[in-house]
Amino acid sequence: MILRLAFGSLVARALTVGMTILAIALSVALFLGVEKVRTGAKASFADTISGTDLIIGARSGSVQLLLYSVFRIGNATNNMTWESYQDISSRPEIDWIVPISLGDSHRQFRVMGTTPAFFERYKYRSDQSLAVRDGAIMSDIFDTVIGADVATTLGYEVGDPIVVAHGLASFSEHENQPFRISGILEKTGTPVDRTVVVSLEAIEAVHVDWQSGAQIPGQATPANVIRQMDLEPQAVTAALIGVKSRLQVFGLQRSINEYPQEPLLAILPGVALQELWQIVSIAETALIAVSAMVVITALIGMMATIFSSLNERRREMAIFRAMGARPRVVLGLLVLEAALMAAIGAILGLALLYVGLFIGQPLIDSAFGLWLPIEAPTMREVWVLLSVVAASAIVSTVPALRAYRMSLADGMMVKT
Amino acid sequence: MPDVAPILQLDDVRYRWPGRTPFGLHVPTLTLARSETVLLLGESGSGKSTLLSLICGTIIAQSGSVSVAGHSIASLSAGKRDRFRAEQIGLIFQQFNLLPFASVRDNILLPLQFAPERRSRILNLNAEAKRRCRDLRLPDDVMTAQAGTLSVGQQQRVAAARALIGTPPLIIADEPTSSLDAATQATFLELLFAQSRAHGTTLLMVSHDARLSPQFDRVIHMADIAQNVRDTA
Repeated sequence: MILRLAFGSLVARALTVGMTILAIALSVALFLGVEKVRTGAKASFADTISGTDLIIGARSGSVQLLLYSVFRIGNATNNMTWESYQDISSRPEIDWIVPISLGDSHRQFRVMGTTPAFFERYKYRSDQSLAVRDGAIMSDIFDTVIGADVATTLGYEVGDPIVVAHGLASFSEHENQPFRISGILEKTGTPVDRTVVVSLEAIEAVHVDWQSGAQIPGQATPANVIRQMDLEPQAVTAALIGVKSRLQVFGLQRSINEYPQEPLLAILPGVALQELWQIVSIAETALIAVSAMVVITALIGMMATIFSSLNERRREMAIFRAMGARPRVVLGLLVLEAALMAAIGAILGLALLYVGLFIGQPLIDSAFGLWLPIEAPTMREVWVLLSVVAASAIVSTVPALRAYRMSLADGMMVKT
Repeated sequence: MPDVAPILQLDDVRYRWPGRTPFGLHVPTLTLARSETVLLLGESGSGKSTLLSLICGTIIAQSGSVSVAGHSIASLSAGKRDRFRAEQIGLIFQQFNLLPFASVRDNILLPLQFAPERRSRILNLNAEAKRRCRDLRLPDDVMTAQAGTLSVGQQQRVAAARALIGTPPLIIADEPTSSLDAATQATFLELLFAQSRAHGTTLLMVSHDARLSPQFDRVIHMADIAQNVRDTA
């Protein structure tokens, strides 16, 4: 009955109480939403590459190798020679190996030379394969397959010609060898979306008339001549490796790192991703801190509401006292009331979050390639909700103690 | 033997408000017998409210003794005093007596929350609340209505039902009729008298209206039993 009376008292002040609850609900929804985005980002970050056991490249830092080979951020300081690549690919532990050659660009997008095996071996978001949305994967030297973002940003369709620029700033374009778009990939939410994929031979082909980064003046080999040439590459930037048995990963990694002919580096993608995430985690912490502040602000707002309601509720307290309620019942009533408001706010916030997720999930996925799963609240989220309720009960003891003293002084007589 | 003792006994009670106010109240003696109906007349400022607070135990006299149903109030701890008040005394105020947002039923049953003995005398809470309402000629359908939606006259009768439920030995009414018009006032008093007589309850009503006097067993003037003292010490 006391619970019912507390509830009735809240309903009687529906407007102010409603606003307070709304503030709590919004802050809780924001906090949980930030949590969702954070864990979603972390997961999709870790989902960028899966199924690959090792990434190898010229010796640099593991994060750097991961950044340029998977995220297409930054550049390789060095390539690895084709001899080393072939030597390693002939090792018995290796199940498959996919070479990657980087360095050219198309508009703002990176061009990646690789073999058709890439489409089969590259996996993301727990073993999902790349899929072609339109057209087919390349069958000719001058065929390209472009990622979904490339297609939408530049408005390309299958069959359109594109020109690849040498280097990353597009001041010198390989105009003699225009490429044709043979296929467009489905959106993946990975850097593949922002990549122009060509064959490894194509990378060599566009550089036939080039030497030391500059075009040889007056020389322009026609495409049909290039087709006849031997286009075996001199070097590749990196390679993705799958081993036959997981047990061999560390042995292979060590022997590649100690490769005598050339300084190479082999990394485990998962470990390197962890290292990279640790760098990003400062921003993550800041984000949590800001949304926690919002929750605290809402709770302080609630405290202010309770304070301002005390005067108009003096009579209510006096009636409770006259009926034999001890002052601490009055105190308990206010704390209970605050906890009730916070509980309703928390549940409403959770509902808001799910409504938001339901509406926002496809939009966020297509805009940012970030997949936020809709699932039952995690233990962590339940703890967040419980802490909000507990914190509100603690915060409300400040006005409740004031009410306690007021009702001790007033007794059952209120002269207003 | 609490039933033999007078329901209310004040002896040489002296009370001075805390702080610098030099005013205090001195009640040499006041006794109320069981089942008596007493009208306490006094002008405002004559210390009526202070006296009621002393009887209810929300304030404690600096000296002298206040006994309700044979128990000295000062000897009880603060918590026990609150419980004791809930058990022994039914209270009716001038107005704004009820929790306006709660149902009539919850308002009537509220004191029982803090008075387990009064509660234990009732088998069926709902039925009892309904019976009290009927006794006070409140229609049955008000039980679920919000108290704030009732007329002032009906609200005062709900307050009376709340004071009477569980049959506490002492009812204290502090100007319960001052916000009612003459006709409602008469009905209300009639019902209140009928109920307190039927249950053998002592009724102490405080008022400034001497016209009510004939209906009571005894009339006490505040000026006769208490002195406002100006402390010179």
